[in-house]
Amino acid sequence: MSHVLSLLVEDKPGLLTRVAGLFARRGFNIESLAVGRSEIEGLSRITVVVDVEDTPLEQVTKQLNKLVNVIKVVELEPSSSVLRDHVMIKVKVDNVTRSQVLEAVGLFRANVVDVAADALVIEVTGDRQKVQALLRLLEPYGIKELAQSGTLAIGRGPKSITERVFKN
Amino acid sequence: MSIIDSSPLKAAARGSEILTGSGAVLRTLEHLGVKDVFGLPGGAIMPFYDELMASTTIRHILVRHEQGAGHAAEGYAAASGGLGVAIATSGPGATNLVTAIADAYMDSVPLLAITGQVFSTVMGTDAFQEVDIVGITMPITKHSFLVTKPEDVPATLAAAAHIATTGRPGPVLVDITKDAQQNSAPFIWPPKIDLPGYRPVTKAHGKQVVAAAQLIAEAKRPVIYAGGGVGRSKASEELAEFARLVGAPVVTTLMARGVFPDSDPLHLGMPGMHGAVPAVLAFQESDLIIALGARFDDRVTGKVSEFAPHAQVIHVDIDPAEIGKIREAQVPIVGDLKDVLVDFIVAVRDAFAATPPDYRAWWARLEQLRETYPLGYEAPTDGQLSPQHIIQRIGELTGPEAIYAAGVGQHQMWAAQFIKYERPNAWLNSGGAGTMGYGVPAAMGAKVAEPDRVVWAIDGDGCFQMTNQELATCTINNIPIKVAIINNSSLGMVRQWQTLFYDGRHSFTDLETGGGTRMIPDFVKLAEAYGALAIRVTKEDEIDAAIKLALETNDRPVVIDFIVSRDAMVWPMVPQGTGNSEVQYARDHAPAWDED
Repeated sequence: MSHVLSLLVEDKPGLLTRVAGLFARRGFNIESLAVGRSEIEGLSRITVVVDVEDTPLEQVTKQLNKLVNVIKVVELEPSSSVLRDHVMIKVKVDNVTRSQVLEAVGLFRANVVDVAADALVIEVTGDRQKVQALLRLLEPYGIKELAQSGTLAIGRGPKSITERVFKN
Repeated sequence: MSIIDSSPLKAAARGSEILTGSGAVLRTLEHLGVKDVFGLPGGAIMPFYDELMASTTIRHILVRHEQGAGHAAEGYAAASGGLGVAIATSGPGATNLVTAIADAYMDSVPLLAITGQVFSTVMGTDAFQEVDIVGITMPITKHSFLVTKPEDVPATLAAAAHIATTGRPGPVLVDITKDAQQNSAPFIWPPKIDLPGYRPVTKAHGKQVVAAAQLIAEAKRPVIYAGGGVGRSKASEELAEFARLVGAPVVTTLMARGVFPDSDPLHLGMPGMHGAVPAVLAFQESDLIIALGARFDDRVTGKVSEFAPHAQVIHVDIDPAEIGKIREAQVPIVGDLKDVLVDFIVAVRDAFAATPPDYRAWWARLEQLRETYPLGYEAPTDGQLSPQHIIQRIGELTGPEAIYAAGVGQHQMWAAQFIKYERPNAWLNSGGAGTMGYGVPAAMGAKVAEPDRVVWAIDGDGCFQMTNQELATCTINNIPIKVAIINNSSLGMVRQWQTLFYDGRHSFTDLETGGGTRMIPDFVKLAEAYGALAIRVTKEDEIDAAIKLALETNDRPVVIDFIVSRDAMVWPMVPQGTGNSEVQYARDHAPAWDED
């Protein structure tokens, strides 16, 4: 089953290799990975979705915690956090299908970010189910290109994972 | 984010000395208390070697192969309980360290590997002797650093030494570019070390300690499973006090031989694939395993699903990732054994006051196993010498104050079984990685660390041919180790498996070094060429005399070529992939035991 881990890491050369290498070496399957700055200078945040059962998950988090540049590992439960994927889709259109595609865009609160005579680029943000549903809907028109971010996740409520790390 | 405050202006205001990066490496090593280093120079590390030549406090030992430097640093660390340092140049120099780094990673040896790197300006261009050694060693180091600026040298090396020696020890690599060595910066000591993601837990949770004591008091058939962590934690005395207080049997793993005295009546021997039958079966019949700095390695557990089927587990380790990795622990405890055992002693006293333990029936059973299945061996029938007897005599004539380093294979198992260890750090071997060739350089490193102790390398004819060039290092640097080659003319352990599991098809395991062969190479001539005293032993009545001559010779290394039977096998044995209950005392001879 899928688990969402949020990692607070030092922004050091090779950090991503260390994290990705650990997953590969220990035989854990990464479903998605998203890396970027955190709100604290010098620290990055990695959101990784991993497909493991509960017992190996404990091993994953323990091994991640052993990496010297990893400061904090938190599992984010879907019920108490916000999970978002961001996708850009280039869809084939013609004079007949354009309006149908635009209707789907409207229903999903997606945006058209580029228009050509025979294609549209659509961006959509949402949880994975929403993104998958839109993709299924657009598939018959012909998806020419797809770019998908890893899942991003943040806990609900006022607490932050950095707070707990730096209070002492 | 730089981990040191290296503003040159501020430093100049404080009157700091300006040093080259290589000068800073040397000064930092001195500040860290490093006394001996093992290495071999090359282009990318030459600035540092130029500084090193002038050092009066650090002894550099020039090895003949960088792998030798790595294993020597491991032997040095393991024998002394401190940090071992190995130095190599970029490219092949660095890759030659890889096996030793992997070995140190598997056996939790505090090793600092310093490598030169090409100029930072040409990194990534496939420059001469450029390899990404940080990338190569990422999966086999506790951590690694690349240094491209001289001002980062002190903090990086200090952080590396700190990481290598604290928590669960392990190898740390510091790769330093040639320009970082050549350029100058103010030298600031002590540097600010900033490792926000590195905080090993050393103190155990009080509630867990009480829970452990309660389980111990209630157990009927407990076993103390002492692993290599006891030695790394320097907790032998605490273990002895704890074990005697509890009165439970102790087994010491391959990595833990010596952390609990073999002569103690509580000691059942080594568990595992070639463990003593009482130690192996004690696990199988146990109702409580107290695992101390041990990691349930497959060579100990055999088939995991059949390992100790009736036992609950208390697992103490400084590395949380070891707990629950292989076997679920009912009481998991993260902490440094040296501290945890002190807490255990107090808690167990309290628990025993309320619930006095009763292990009489358990001990009666264990004594029966001990009497029925003592360690032993059968004399060879081909008229050649018995390797077990030779190794036993080396131990008896040399005594427990010596250090014994082994290679990997049959001779390693016999040395673990038939030499009696009474103190920690007396037995050095490659347990996790199983690195053939570890023996001679590790013995060399141990002898540098502990020059007043007798140091034996118990080696095989296969292992010896992998790293014997360090005999030159030993002779030239006056490091008089003693090498016993248990020469069965073959890759003996592989041959044993071929005999047992591959229908006797001895595929490419004949080395032709021993009796009745062409003896290529002739180890006596080879050892003499290296300036060692060389002795060949082919008859039983020569064994003691040769060992005694070796013990009396301290002005040069000694090599004894013991020509032994190639048919001798390591027993007992739990065949790979089977449960521990399938242990065979000798070939096709399974012990009787109570399976309930």
